Amino acid sequence: MPIQYYIILSLALFCIGIVGVLVRRNVIIVFMCIELMLNAVNLLLVAFSKMHHGIAYLTDKTTTTGSDAQLFVFFIMVVAAAEVSVGLAIIVMMYRNTHSVDVNFLNRLKN
Amino acid sequence: MNAIILSALLGVVMMFASVFTENKIAIRNIAIFGLLILLASNLLNIYTPYSFNVDLHNMLRFDSFGLFFNSIAIVSTLLYVILSGSDIVKVGNYPAEYFALIFFVLCGVTILSSYNSLLMLFLGVEIMSIPLYILTGSDKKNLKSNEASLKYFLMGAFSTGIMLMGIALLYGASGNFNLEMIREKTSIAEFGILAPLGLLLIFISLAFKVSAAPFHFWTPDVYDGAPSVFTSFMATIVKTAGFIAFVKLFSLRMADLGPSYAIILPVIIIATLLVGNITAVFQQSVKRMLAYSSIAQAGFMLFALYTSNDLSTEGILLYAAAYSIATIGIFGILIKMKDYTFDGYNGLAKKQPLVAATNTVFLLSLAGIPLTAGFFAKYYMLASALKSNGSALWLVIVAVLFAAVSVYYYFRVIQAMYFKDGDAETTEIDGTFKFVLVVLALLIILIGINPSILLRWYYF
Repeated sequence: MPIQYYIILSLALFCIGIVGVLVRRNVIIVFMCIELMLNAVNLLLVAFSKMHHGIAYLTDKTTTTGSDAQLFVFFIMVVAAAEVSVGLAIIVMMYRNTHSVDVNFLNRLKN
Repeated sequence: MNAIILSALLGVVMMFASVFTENKIAIRNIAIFGLLILLASNLLNIYTPYSFNVDLHNMLRFDSFGLFFNSIAIVSTLLYVILSGSDIVKVGNYPAEYFALIFFVLCGVTILSSYNSLLMLFLGVEIMSIPLYILTGSDKKNLKSNEASLKYFLMGAFSTGIMLMGIALLYGASGNFNLEMIREKTSIAEFGILAPLGLLLIFISLAFKVSAAPFHFWTPDVYDGAPSVFTSFMATIVKTAGFIAFVKLFSLRMADLGPSYAIILPVIIIATLLVGNITAVFQQSVKRMLAYSSIAQAGFMLFALYTSNDLSTEGILLYAAAYSIATIGIFGILIKMKDYTFDGYNGLAKKQPLVAATNTVFLLSLAGIPLTAGFFAKYYMLASALKSNGSALWLVIVAVLFAAVSVYYYFRVIQAMYFKDGDAETTEIDGTFKFVLVVLALLIILIGINPSILLRWYYF
């Protein structure tokens, strides 16, 4: 399959994520949209990894080109998990004080 | 390498310290001791490069620029902890954990000062940011702190997503995460739109981190809502580390790749200076004024991106030191005030002459008055712009005009302290606090008289 399809799919997912972050008012949904952005990146990295591996494989059958992007994906997953744990803790902390998970609560600081 | 490993270990040590002792003073002293060890090990790294013999696969590179910035960051943190340590332990019930998080942030800072691969850039930014989200929300019962924390978290995670997309696109164009390899590959072949777009996305995400306009909107709210002690840390060490990462990325002349950075950067610089300075003029709260002033200072630090030459490399290091020291001092005094408005400072000079005098030195330094470190920091930035590009004169003139505007709101604090009658209420101020303030002020004046006493360590 040509790489363009993967690029278009990933960018579409990424844009859905961005629009979701900007439009949705529920913090949990905003959070899911951010995860969608990260996963779009994961997909793109794996696709590029296969592409670069395929190109290098034609000249060198023992090449390891492309493995670094596969590793990068694991790092993204780990960091995203760490971020989720902190983020959910913050959301729970806010829920305890306001009994709401609505982003519109975030306007008290604006004087 | 020493600093990266040791700061992570010291974070764990601090977490265990809370198991063995409840004594807040003891915990603070452990943190100070840990920072001294960290500083020593980082200095050791400069003289004996191979203290940890790890195969890094060229992902990190330890040059004098990164190691020197590490020293600045660690010394700033040390001064910050000595000055405000007694206020850190008062924020909540978990004093040791706050210090542990500060050490984890330092780990991220040290990675950012030495990354050579986009993977390490990503990890450094995240290791630096995630503990900060927690520190921002550490005042758990306070709704403002909660809100600041959530806002900071959402903005941070969002900008991370953008950065990752940029990295992925750059990888697609070059097949590599290594900075030099990316530069080599992308200059050989034509890669269409992928590489410039990727660089632009990384640029946007880093602009978020250093709060450059138009990506600054989270800064005032977060800085205002976070507990003041941690705002001090965020506005100094973390911000300058963001700039170091920025400068490292662009010092490889990656800017040649992208869409015309020669147009984008001046626009961002002027927007940042404009938003920061003009909005700061209208603030009633000193804390919020400092948040906007940190945006304004970011505008000056952006000059280091605009011009990549030796003068700007020295300049960003000098700026990091001058700005961190002055801001730590101002925030240290702010934390002691009962009222954060300008009126809260009325008559401070009569009640606490020494504190008011040192505060004046810090404010003068931020405003860039000669004989303070801030003057030379700004001078290096503007001089580097003129050196690299003669047509940048108009940009330098605009920057100087905005520096003049900044004098207004810094002097408002000085005016309140010296020329207005009032009863500035402070919490208890002890001898150590005053002593550290004097040390900070002396450092600023010394660097202001002769910046080479700081910069010669860079070439050592």
